[in-house]
Amino acid sequence: MLLIPCPWCGPRAEIEFRYGGQAHVAYPADPETVDDAAWADYVFMRDNPKGPFAERWVHAAGCRRWFNVVRDTLTNEVSAWYPAGAPRPGAAAS
Amino acid sequence: MTVTEGFGSADHPPFLWRDPTPKSSYDVVVVGGGGHGLATAYYLARNHGITNVAVVERGWLAGGNMARNTTVIRSNYLWDESAAIYEHALKLWETLPQELDYDILFSQRGVMNLCHTLGDVRGAKRRVYANQLDGVDAEWLEPDDIARICPIVDLSPDVRYPVLGATFQPRGGIAKHDYVAWAYARAADALGVDLIQHAEVTGFELDGDRVTGVVTTKGRIGAGKVALVAAGHTSVLASMLGIRLPLQSHPLQALVSELLEPVHPTVVMSNAVHVYVSQAHKGELVMGAGLDPPNGYSQRGSFHVIEHQLAAAIELFPIFARAHVLRTWAGIVDVAPDASPIIGTTPIRDLFLDCGWGTGGFKATPSSGWVMAATVAAGEPHELARPYALSRFTTGALIDEHGAAGVAH
Repeated sequence: MLLIPCPWCGPRAEIEFRYGGQAHVAYPADPETVDDAAWADYVFMRDNPKGPFAERWVHAAGCRRWFNVVRDTLTNEVSAWYPAGAPRPGAAAS
Repeated sequence: MTVTEGFGSADHPPFLWRDPTPKSSYDVVVVGGGGHGLATAYYLARNHGITNVAVVERGWLAGGNMARNTTVIRSNYLWDESAAIYEHALKLWETLPQELDYDILFSQRGVMNLCHTLGDVRGAKRRVYANQLDGVDAEWLEPDDIARICPIVDLSPDVRYPVLGATFQPRGGIAKHDYVAWAYARAADALGVDLIQHAEVTGFELDGDRVTGVVTTKGRIGAGKVALVAAGHTSVLASMLGIRLPLQSHPLQALVSELLEPVHPTVVMSNAVHVYVSQAHKGELVMGAGLDPPNGYSQRGSFHVIEHQLAAAIELFPIFARAHVLRTWAGIVDVAPDASPIIGTTPIRDLFLDCGWGTGGFKATPSSGWVMAATVAAGEPHELARPYALSRFTTGALIDEHGAAGVAH
């Protein structure tokens, strides 16, 4: 079982959490100007790396807050955890 | 070769395939030596006369999901597009042992999907009626019928999730997964296909907007066309080409018990309590359930998923309470948002995709290979593949099979 580091509650068992998929997928800034391909990209297309992946978790059986984790999808090693809305550590500001 | 239906094992042919050195180029390079890749290569040669074909596989043949599935075969999906492609597969399964001259232990012992809630019942009956309209054998079973077919299911009304009924597909069943892969591999090899193991694709060669070759750990191989049939690793390969896909790779776990005497006559699946169980020819109970939610490439999952499916199994089959788990494992499944595959052309010329089979790839093996071979040969989608184009995520014409997938996503 994965040990997920909740920023507020500390490391807890995976079974207390729900998974939210890729983090930092931003809603289109100006949705009325977005074409079908861009909607498809926002709604359906996702990164699927074999390696570090920034992903969302919610501590469903704990503090019930969403946050982000950077986890290696091959080794399950967690390298960062931070509140939702914060930038990915080490990533260039955009 | 003798046919040994039951708990024996088939006699093996004395020779399976060559171990060739890759040539400098091929008409078609299939990336991925699992069931679907091997079937694609076989049907390229058999149906289209394209025999200058290589299958490149980073590990050994059929060592990925083809070695890790729970061998369930059925075609009782909801939508017309799905019924067409999965029923095409089931018809091919029915003649596959003769076609490939190999006893793959295909056993049409039926597949039963249990219903535990009113919502289950309504959804399942809708699917039975849809199947009947699509020419797929499907029946609705009342609890008495279930008891007649599979007496070991606990049908008492005072359990937490009483069984209210079930769908049944008598032509569904199981087959011996390894034999299926070996049968396709042997037949493809005999037609001239080069099966190249331990050759991981690390890059692609392009000339403008067309693919011209693959770079592997055994060197560069030129290709007239390239077919990506790599299941859970498809996203990794596509990202080398700058193609984004609506796929997420997850571990999907399964397990077996120790060998038992014949006790379970069919295949039973329950979406609500959530486990699916059959008994392999050798005697193991084979079980699976939902995928592990986090993305993962580690070919292992979390133990709480195993705990849940065992709890479900014992709820449905109290007789299994003293069976021991012999081993558990996981495969890496590539799941699309609508739980349906992606088959067809790509933005890169001469590059074709067959992926996204998610949790249901094994049953589709013959059909996947058949339509992919036709798609690669013609350079445009086979009729059965057309609804499964990547473009459906832009047009919105999704084929939602979460209900029929039988596995929580």
